[in-house]
Amino acid sequence: MSKTVLIIGGGVAGLEASGVLSKLGYTITIVEASDRIGGKLNRWANLFPTQRPAEEVLNYLKFQLDPNTSIITNTKIDDISLGKTQVSATLSNGNCIQADAVLVSTGFEFFDARKKEEYGYKIYENVITSVDLEQIFKDGKELKTSQGKTPKRIGIIHCVGSRDEKVGNTYCSKVCCVTGVKQAIEIKERIPSCEVFNFYMDLRMFDRHFEDIYKKAQVEHHVQFIRGRLSEAFENPDGSVMIKVEDTLLGKPMKMNLDLVVLMVGFVPSSSSVFLKKGLQLETGNDGFFTPADEHYKTVCSNQKGVFFAGACTGPKTIENTITEARAAALEIATYLNQN
Amino acid sequence: MLQEGKQALWKEYQKEIADNRYFYVRSCVRQNFFPASEATFLKIITEELGKDIYEHPSHTSCSGIGYHTDVIPFETTMTMVARQFALMTEAGYPNLVPSCITSFGLYTEVLDTWHHFPEVEARVREHLRKATGREFEKPANIAHASDIIFKLRNEIAAKAKHKLVNHITGKTLRGVEHIGCHYSKMFPQKGIGGAEYPYVLIGMIEAWGGEVVDYPERRHCCGFGFRQYLVKANRGYSVASSKKKFESMEPYKPDFILTNCPGCPYFLDRWQYAIAEMEGTTYGENGMGIPVLTYEELAGLVLGYDPWDLGLQVHQVSVEPLLDKMGISYNPSSKYVGKNGKFLGVPFKPNTLKVC
Repeated sequence: MSKTVLIIGGGVAGLEASGVLSKLGYTITIVEASDRIGGKLNRWANLFPTQRPAEEVLNYLKFQLDPNTSIITNTKIDDISLGKTQVSATLSNGNCIQADAVLVSTGFEFFDARKKEEYGYKIYENVITSVDLEQIFKDGKELKTSQGKTPKRIGIIHCVGSRDEKVGNTYCSKVCCVTGVKQAIEIKERIPSCEVFNFYMDLRMFDRHFEDIYKKAQVEHHVQFIRGRLSEAFENPDGSVMIKVEDTLLGKPMKMNLDLVVLMVGFVPSSSSVFLKKGLQLETGNDGFFTPADEHYKTVCSNQKGVFFAGACTGPKTIENTITEARAAALEIATYLNQN
Repeated sequence: MLQEGKQALWKEYQKEIADNRYFYVRSCVRQNFFPASEATFLKIITEELGKDIYEHPSHTSCSGIGYHTDVIPFETTMTMVARQFALMTEAGYPNLVPSCITSFGLYTEVLDTWHHFPEVEARVREHLRKATGREFEKPANIAHASDIIFKLRNEIAAKAKHKLVNHITGKTLRGVEHIGCHYSKMFPQKGIGGAEYPYVLIGMIEAWGGEVVDYPERRHCCGFGFRQYLVKANRGYSVASSKKKFESMEPYKPDFILTNCPGCPYFLDRWQYAIAEMEGTTYGENGMGIPVLTYEELAGLVLGYDPWDLGLQVHQVSVEPLLDKMGISYNPSSKYVGKNGKFLGVPFKPNTLKVC
């Protein structure tokens, strides 16, 4: 009888690790809190930097899943504890699972933009988030203001809930910069006449092709990048949004009226982290994300034997990095199970 | 504007407000600019609502303006605040009610400092002991006077003689509100509704039958930013701030502006005259200004007090258009008759701003 692995979270990391572990001969159970596997990919239309459809990656992840993998959706873990060689979990459906190893791949949640009260999300009608915008793209809907007009001027606000002591998140969410550039291009592709302004602190175009799309946004689509952090937003009588921002390159405060404001929301730890931290006695950093056994060479190992990490549960990551990490975690789990 | 979004936020920013036994500390600025407002507050709290409120004849300035303009060191300010607490302790009252927004912010800041740095509190206690021989207990509750009126707004509404409704057309009157910066911008959790969408004045207007309109520059300074006004060379910034607000609220055609800070009603009132003289621009109906009220004045009008007892004749912008809309009767000939019955004289008419 093959050894068993419990994977908590059926997003990108969980699915990729599951596929690899199945090929290595292990029996896998994926417990997913939502109604379907695939995580945030289900909500995304196109991926940076190439704008390939998110569905392609989602299909790959589903395709490489072993048909014998047990996938339990709409289910949370009510109780979890570590034994000497096994993990015991009680599920919200009443079932109990024993596993020889557990992979925590709980991912992240989007920052709740309502916490940046001064930006008016859920108060001003034409303030949306990057997640809302992506959903519009995914649904194939036309981009309109809440008044039903085609926007002539859109502002994209970077670092909402990231690198912001006021909301308690001092870390960089890593992928919002390039997402902001990607979405700016996508707006221009749909509405070429629309002026698009990206307000940023600095643009962290760290990965391959990121600089290319940043340049493309400027040269081909004439997206304007203004270095400055939004101080506040307000709704005009016609429903447009007035923003106040400082252009820190010019050293001048400025006001601008926008038809639509898009907030680039960052990552926050999954709400399940607190529960899993307690049950599995795991360590987290000040940012709330799980802390691996070593930040350089044991990034997929936890402080507990038999408990492993993959993906954004240890901090913001790209899909590419998540998939790479999931494979690494799968091999680390296999090594651990072979040794035990 | 999605009201449900605001309401969700308002639920997060509630605070405990004492029900009775208030120790009242007056505002240096308000005693001079709008003295009748403080008198009206005491009248409403005691005569209308039967609460126990006390003010000590020996209380002093909190030194807030000196502190915020870097004239008085924080250590000195904390000791002066400690003395106010000592007077309250000696009088046997547990709940502090400052009339001034800056005082409210300062008392809150001092208590927060002591919470985080108990050694500072111990040092201040020693300073006070050496200087005055006094000891003190910290207040059980601090609420700004506008918080108290907010808490009692429905009781006031139950006694209302007039509503914020046009008595001829039946149309709900529209107000814009302006919150003093030191009310909740420093400590959002200490203000009803928080810092970005404060509810304290909105709650009053709604309870008394009116409607509140939000305008783009609502959060902007009234013009009494200390460094804008206290330094004479900076006063252009002061009037520019007020002007920015008037231009922003004008399209909504508000019937009145409601404030809860000592400086805000003064500057929003007086600068309407100044801007009219400087640029020929007025923001109210028919060449008049937009009436500016303190929350006590508005509560007094709702309760049917004589407008001239509320001190509305000392406003630069005439309040009569609002009184007419609310159906409040008033005697124009007694407008400038003092409390002692002597005629105070009629002020000069401005060149541009129309007044009654």
